[in-house]
Amino acid sequence: MSASVSIQTEDFNLADEVAALRRADKRVGAVCAFIGTVRDRNADRDAATAPIESMELEHYPGMTEKAIEAMIDEAQRRFGTYGVRVIHRVGLLQPLDQIVMVAVTSAHRGESFKACEFLMDYLKTQAPFWKKERTPEGGGWVDARVSDDAALARWGIDKRNT
Amino acid sequence: MKVTVKYFASIREALGRGSETVETSAASLAALRDELVARGGAYAQSLARGKAVRVALNQAMSDETAALSEGGEVAFFPPVTGG
Repeated sequence: MSASVSIQTEDFNLADEVAALRRADKRVGAVCAFIGTVRDRNADRDAATAPIESMELEHYPGMTEKAIEAMIDEAQRRFGTYGVRVIHRVGLLQPLDQIVMVAVTSAHRGESFKACEFLMDYLKTQAPFWKKERTPEGGGWVDARVSDDAALARWGIDKRNT
Repeated sequence: MKVTVKYFASIREALGRGSETVETSAASLAALRDELVARGGAYAQSLARGKAVRVALNQAMSDETAALSEGGEVAFFPPVTGG
């Protein structure tokens, strides 16, 4: 099982990351990847309001990496994945930018689909990142969502964020 | 004992600092939070009971019953919003 976590300001390339995960591992029969991107709106800002201009992402250096590595260990234990790669960007991002990537390899599709969703559900409520939106009116810190706690609870994990 | 206390996001902004060394005899994270609230001002506001504040001890999510020890690293921050 290979796993690696990067917290970085730079963008990333999905094809390169998937190629690296698959390289030289002949057991792999399935790859599942998720990318999260910056939108110009959120749940509280519908199409009728002014769009989000940019977003600043803050994190807790040291803890962030440890938290995600622990999630990967748990995913590997539950689903028997072979390789996991997580990249999360920090700093100033614009709408259309990529924020986060989770890519997973396994023998068959079921394990990869599940592990990828599990990792994103875990990351949303347990990894120490914070988003601050900038809008024409000024903007502010993004509120955590109760629905994200519910998403993690589906996996039998009761760790509340909100 | 001395502990390092870190603050992030809206709490860091409200306090105007990201980190400080605190001399304390607090036995638990809850007691440390109470000491900080007792400072008043921005501390009382941003760490008040009833506010959504999460806490980490030595870079792992924790609950406030956890015991403090010399040289520990505590962090207070709002609910996380990554991904």
